[in-house]
Amino acid sequence: MNASISDVGRRAFLARSGALVVAFSLAPLQGVAQEKTGGAKLPGSLEKAPLLDAWIRVGADGGVTVFTGKAELGQGVRTALTALAAEELGIAPAGIVLVTADTSRTPDEGYTAGSNSMKDSGTAIRSAAAQVRELLIERASAKLGVAAERLHAKDGNVVADDGRRVGFGDLAAQGYAEVRAKPDAKLKDPRSYSVVGKSLARVDIPAKVTGGVAYVQDLRPPGMLHARVVCPPSYRARLRDADVGAVARMPGVVKVVRDGSVLGVVTAHEFDAIRAMRALAATARWDEQPSLPHGDLFAALQALPAQEIVNADRHDGAAQGMRRLEATYTRGYQMHGSIGPSCALALYQDDALTVWTHSQGVYPLRASIAEMLHLPAERVHCIHVEGSGCYGHNAADDAAAYAALFARAVPAHPVRVQWMREQEHTCEPYGPAMIAKLSGSVDASGGIAEWNAEGWSNSHSTRPGGAGNLMPAWYLATPFAQPVPKPIPMPEGGGDRNSIPIYTVPSLRVVHRFIPAMPIRVSALRSLGAYVNVFAIESFVDELAHAAGSDPVAYRIRHLGDRRARDVVNAAATRFGWEGFTRKPGHGRGFAFARYKNLAAYCAVAVEVSLEHETGRARVVRAAAAIDSGQAVDPDGLRNQIEGGIIQSMSWTLFEAVSYDATRITSVDWSTYPIARFADIPDRIDVEVIDRPGEPFLGTGEAAQGPTAAAIANAIADAGNVRLRDLPLTRAKIKAAIGV
Amino acid sequence: MIDLRAVRCLSMLALVGAALLGCAESPTTTAQTAAERTFDRAQVAKGAELSALGDCRVCHTGDGGRAFAGGRPLPTPFGTIYSTNITPDAETGIGRWSRDDFRRAMHEGIDRAGRHLYPAFPYDHFTHVTDDDVDALYAFIMTREAVSARTPRNRLVFPANLRPVLAAWNWLYLDARRFTPDPAQSAEWNRGAYLVEGLAHCGACHTPRNIAGAEKRGEPFGGGDAEGWHAPGLLAASPAPVEWTADALFRYLRNGFDAEHGLAAGPMAPVVDELATVPEAEVHAIVTYLTSRTGQTRNAPANERIAAAEQREFDAVGRHAPDRASEASASSAETQDAGEVIFAGACATCHYAGAGTPRTTPVPLALTTSVNAPTPQNALRVVVEGLHPASGEPGAIMPGFGSALTHAQIVAVVEYVRARFSDRPRWTDVNATLHGIEREQPK
Amino acid sequence: MIELDVNGRRHAVDAEGDTPLLYVLRDHLAMNGAKFGCGLGQCGACTVIVDGKAVFSCVTPISVLGGRAIRTIEGLGTPDRPSPLQRAFIDEQAAQCGYCIAGMIMRAQALLDANPSPSDAEIRRHMAPNLCRCGTHMRILRAIRRAAQRVPTAATPLRSTPT
Repeated sequence: MNASISDVGRRAFLARSGALVVAFSLAPLQGVAQEKTGGAKLPGSLEKAPLLDAWIRVGADGGVTVFTGKAELGQGVRTALTALAAEELGIAPAGIVLVTADTSRTPDEGYTAGSNSMKDSGTAIRSAAAQVRELLIERASAKLGVAAERLHAKDGNVVADDGRRVGFGDLAAQGYAEVRAKPDAKLKDPRSYSVVGKSLARVDIPAKVTGGVAYVQDLRPPGMLHARVVCPPSYRARLRDADVGAVARMPGVVKVVRDGSVLGVVTAHEFDAIRAMRALAATARWDEQPSLPHGDLFAALQALPAQEIVNADRHDGAAQGMRRLEATYTRGYQMHGSIGPSCALALYQDDALTVWTHSQGVYPLRASIAEMLHLPAERVHCIHVEGSGCYGHNAADDAAAYAALFARAVPAHPVRVQWMREQEHTCEPYGPAMIAKLSGSVDASGGIAEWNAEGWSNSHSTRPGGAGNLMPAWYLATPFAQPVPKPIPMPEGGGDRNSIPIYTVPSLRVVHRFIPAMPIRVSALRSLGAYVNVFAIESFVDELAHAAGSDPVAYRIRHLGDRRARDVVNAAATRFGWEGFTRKPGHGRGFAFARYKNLAAYCAVAVEVSLEHETGRARVVRAAAAIDSGQAVDPDGLRNQIEGGIIQSMSWTLFEAVSYDATRITSVDWSTYPIARFADIPDRIDVEVIDRPGEPFLGTGEAAQGPTAAAIANAIADAGNVRLRDLPLTRAKIKAAIGV
Repeated sequence: MIDLRAVRCLSMLALVGAALLGCAESPTTTAQTAAERTFDRAQVAKGAELSALGDCRVCHTGDGGRAFAGGRPLPTPFGTIYSTNITPDAETGIGRWSRDDFRRAMHEGIDRAGRHLYPAFPYDHFTHVTDDDVDALYAFIMTREAVSARTPRNRLVFPANLRPVLAAWNWLYLDARRFTPDPAQSAEWNRGAYLVEGLAHCGACHTPRNIAGAEKRGEPFGGGDAEGWHAPGLLAASPAPVEWTADALFRYLRNGFDAEHGLAAGPMAPVVDELATVPEAEVHAIVTYLTSRTGQTRNAPANERIAAAEQREFDAVGRHAPDRASEASASSAETQDAGEVIFAGACATCHYAGAGTPRTTPVPLALTTSVNAPTPQNALRVVVEGLHPASGEPGAIMPGFGSALTHAQIVAVVEYVRARFSDRPRWTDVNATLHGIEREQPK
Repeated sequence: MIELDVNGRRHAVDAEGDTPLLYVLRDHLAMNGAKFGCGLGQCGACTVIVDGKAVFSCVTPISVLGGRAIRTIEGLGTPDRPSPLQRAFIDEQAAQCGYCIAGMIMRAQALLDANPSPSDAEIRRHMAPNLCRCGTHMRILRAIRRAAQRVPTAATPLRSTPT
C-alpha cells in the first residue's frame, strides 16, 4: 500500500486539531539549532535531521513508513526514494508508504529544487534505511541469541540462517526514538541490487490515467468553498475601488475579500466564483504606473547598478592566443507556464492554519505565511500535495498565500483558490533576462588558449523565505516589501550557474554582474542561469572549433579532462551517429555538453535540425543524448526527465519570450506565448543512461536544458550557415539571417 | 457547386473558340535546365519581394508540403484544381522553362507545352506585371530548392476540363496588357494600382465573378468568394460598421489585425503574413490605391465605437453582472434564447470575460466584418473550424466548435450573434450555409 | 435541473445552462479526470468525448449536452481494470507530472474509436490541440501506437510493482 494523495488528505483533515506529535528534531534550513554530531558529517539531509525515526518508521504490523522533506513534482522522486528505502530494508516497494513534505510530519529539507533531491534526501533515506535495518538485525540477534552475521533482512522479517525469523513489527515495537544516525552505514553492495537500478513503474501513474485523486486540484474536503482572485493588472497597480457590495449579493457568493489591493471572492460553487470574479474585475478601478523596460532590454539591464562577482581568474602567460573571437549571447524572459495554473487549499480554524499546496518548499512557505498573517510558525501547517509540473518557483506559493488570506476571512471552511490561466501567465516569476558576453582565442595548435566571460542577470531566486516574497503580501493594506535579493553563491550560483566552462583552458576569467533591481518579477526557472550560460559556452565552443578547423565533438573531447564527461560525450555522439552523418539538404547537426553546475550530472545532447529555407522554420528532427547521474536509481525515470528536458528546452529555445508593454505583461495565454505542440516534436529521441553503481547521486531534472539549447543553435548554424545568439531562435530571426 | 448556365455557356464558347483559335498554342523548345543558369543576387532579392506580394508560395505549396512544390487543392465552382510544382525541378517542376516560357505563362496563361492554364492561376492579373518584374520573379523561382513532386490531376467538370475552352475564355475576358501608370496620379498611387491590379491580385477574391467565372468589371472589389470563404467587399463596399481609414487598412494588411475590424482569417491570413515581409512602402501604396476608391463616411471616434461594441458584449452576458443578479435568478432557461445560453457558456470566456481581467482581447464581435457580412459563411467557418496559428508563432487560438455543438446549436448561436451584435438584417441562410460547410468535412 | 449522460449514467445537475461541463464534472460530480488548464480551449487538459468526438469541456456549456453521450476517463477503466489505452499509458510510463494526461487519453481515444490504425502523422495531427509542458510527447505517441496494436519502438522492459 502506498500513500495515495487521498490518504494524505484524509489523515491531514482528521489530524487537523493538531494531535500529531512527532518526536524528531526539526532543524531549520540554516542549521541554527544544529546539535553536534561530533566528527564526520552525516549523509545528505541526515545532517539536518539526525534521528533515524524522522525518516523511517516501522509500525506494529511491520508496515514501513518513509518520510522525506522533498516533494513529488512529477519528476518521479516519490518512486525513486521508495525504491532506495525498499532496497536497503529488503522489502518490496509496495510495502512502503512514503510521506512527502509536510511541516508536521517530515524533516525540513528546504526546497525540492536544484536537482538535489536524490543527493540530499535519497542519500539520507538510503543511509537511514540501512541503519534501521542493522538496528533491527541487532535486536533480532539479541532476541534469537544468534550472531548478527548469521541474520539478514528479507520481506519485512529478520531471518536467521537456521530459518528462524522475527518480524519487523515485533522488533520495532519499542521504537527507536532517540537513536541518532551514524555517518557510516552498512549499505548494500550495488551489485546485489534487486530494486534500485531497475526501471520502476511510477506509483502515481495509475491514478493519473484513471481519474483518481492525484493533485491538490482534486482535494474536496467537506464544506469546501471555492475562491477566485482578482489580481492586480500590473506590478505597481493599486486598487482604488471595487463594488464589493454588489458582487457580494451575486448568486452563490459567500464573501468578497478585500485587503488593500488584495481582492477576491469566495463562493460555494466553482463557476459562481468565476462569474463573480469577472464581475468584480469589471467594477475594479486600478491606478497603474508604467514600470516595465522599454527599448533595448539588454542595454536597459546593463545600465542598472550591479554587483560584480569574480568567479574565476587565472592566467597562464605561456598560452598564446592567435585567433580571437567575441560573441554576445542573450535571452529575454521566459516563463514556467505550468499547464495547470496554481492552486491551494487552506483552512483557518482555532487560531491555526493548514495549507495544502504544491509549493516546492513547505517549510519556508510556512514561515512566510506565518509572517504574513502574524501567526507563530507552530500554528501554521503546510502540506505538499502534487500540482502540475512547476519547473521551479512558479505561482504555487502565491496561490497558497491567497488561500491563507481568504481562509482567514471565512474561518472553519476549507477554501480552495484556483488561479486562472491569465493570472498564472502574467503574475508568475519568470526566468530572468540574461546577457553572456564571451571572448576567447585559440592557439597555433587550435587549442583554446584563453576564455573570458562576463554575464549580467537578475536574481534567480526570490523564493518565499519571508512574507516579502509572497506576491499577495505586496498588495495588502499593510504591505510587505519584496526584500533585496542576494546572489546564490558559487559553486551552485544563480545567474552565474555553469558560467565557468568545464573545459581545460589555461587563461580564464569569469565575472558575473548581479543586478538586484527587478523591473519584471523573476525567480528560479529550471536550471537557473545554466540554460543561458551553457547555451553561450557551447555555442562559443562550436565557434572556436570552427575557427580551429576541428570537428565539434572531437574539439570537446580534446579539452575535457574528466573521464565521465568524455564518456557521456562519446555515448551521445555514437547514439546519434555523429561519425558518418550524411547531411540532407536543409538539414544540420549540432552537439553540446555540460556538467550541471560543474559538479552534478553530466549530459550531452546531439540533434539533427531541418530548416525550411522559405520560412526560417527550424524543426528538431531527432535528438540523441547521454546522461550520467551517478548511481541510477530509476533509469527509466532518468530517461523520462531527459526526454522531457530536451523537449521543454527545445520549446524555450525556438519559441518562447515573454512579451510586455510599458505597464503590463502581454503574454496572457497560449495564443500570446506559444509553446511546442505535437507538430514540433522530433521524430525520435534516444537517451542513453550511463549507470555508475556506487557513485553518489547527481540529480537529473535540469541537466538537459542548457545542452539542448546550444545543440539546436549549433545545428542551425550547420544547416543554414547562420549563427544566432539571441534566444529564442524564432523563425523570423532565422529567416532574417539566412536571407533570400 | 456547378453553375449549369456557365456550363452551357462555356460549351458554346468552346466550339466557337476552338474554331477561331485552333486547338493549342505552340510549345517552346528550350531545354536548358535551371542549374545551368546564374542569376544576379539583387534581381533574386527583388523577385523574393515580388513573390511575397503575389503570394506565389501560398498557392503553390501543399499542406505540409515543400515550398513551391504545388499540390494544394483549390476549390472552384467548376471543380478542384491543384496548384502546380513551380520549383526548378526538371522533371516535375518548371526547371526546363526559359525566361520567355515564364513570361508567357504570367502574361498569357500558357505553359511551356503550349497548354492553357486555368485562371485559378490569376494570369489575368499577372498579365499587368512588367517584363522586368516577371524576370525578377523568374530569377527568384529558379533559385529555389528543386523538389520532385508530381502535381495531382485536376478534377473539373465538363467542359471546364477541356483546356481549349480557355482559349475562348481568354478571348472574352483576358485583357493582356502591361500596366500603364496614370500620369494624373501620384507615384505612390500608381505603385499601388500596379500592385493591386497586378501581383497582389486582390480582385481575384474580392471582386464578384460572372457565370463564366470571370471578374465582373463593373463591380471592382464588391465582394467575392475564395476557397469556401467570403472575401468581403472592400472599403465603401465593406459591411464593417466602421469606416476603413487608410491607417486601419494599413494596420490590417501589415499586422493581420485591426482593433476596429477584426483579424485576417481563412485565405487572407497567409496574405497578410507575406505582406509583413515586404517593405512598408509597398503596403502603403496598396492602401493609397484602394482607399482612393472609397466614398467618405463619418464615424464616431474610435474609442467610443470600441466601447459601444464592448458594451454590447457585456450586455449579452451581463445578466451575471452584479446589478443584474436579480434578473439572472428570475429568468429561467426556457425564456432565454438557446443561442444566448450557448454564447454565455462557450463564447463569453474569450469574447467577453469582464473588463479588467488580463486577456487577449478579440476584436469586439459587433465591429467584426464577418458578423456584419451579407453571408454567414465566414462566421460559420470560424465557429466550426476555429483559428489555429502556425506552430510556435503567436496568434489567435480559437477552438472549433464543430464537434462540441450540434448543427442546430451552431445555427442557434450564430443567429444569436448576428441578432445581438449586428444592426444588419438577420441572416436567413445560416442552416443551408452550414450544411454546405459540413458536406466538405470528411466523415 | 439539467440531466446529463456521463459514462452511461444519468445525472441530474443543479447548475445553470451556461456552466461549462468541466465545472459540472469536477464540482458537482466530483470527477477528477478532466482538468482546468486554461478555460480557453487552448490546452486540452479538459478534453472529454461527446457523441464520439473529442471536445474541450471548459468551453462546452451543459445546455448543449442534453441527450448526448458524454465520456470521461473514469468511464474508460480503473486502476484494477484499465482500458487498453490506459494500460498502454501505464506500460509506456507516459507521464511526468501527468496533469495533461487525462485530456491526452480522451483525445487519443476519440481517434482510435474512429480510426483503429492511424498513421504517425495522423496521430500527431489529431493530438495537436493538446499541450504537454513536461515534454512527455514521445511516450504519449508510443502509448497511442501501442494501443493501436502497432509494435512499439525501443520499448524498455519495466519492473512493475504490484499496487
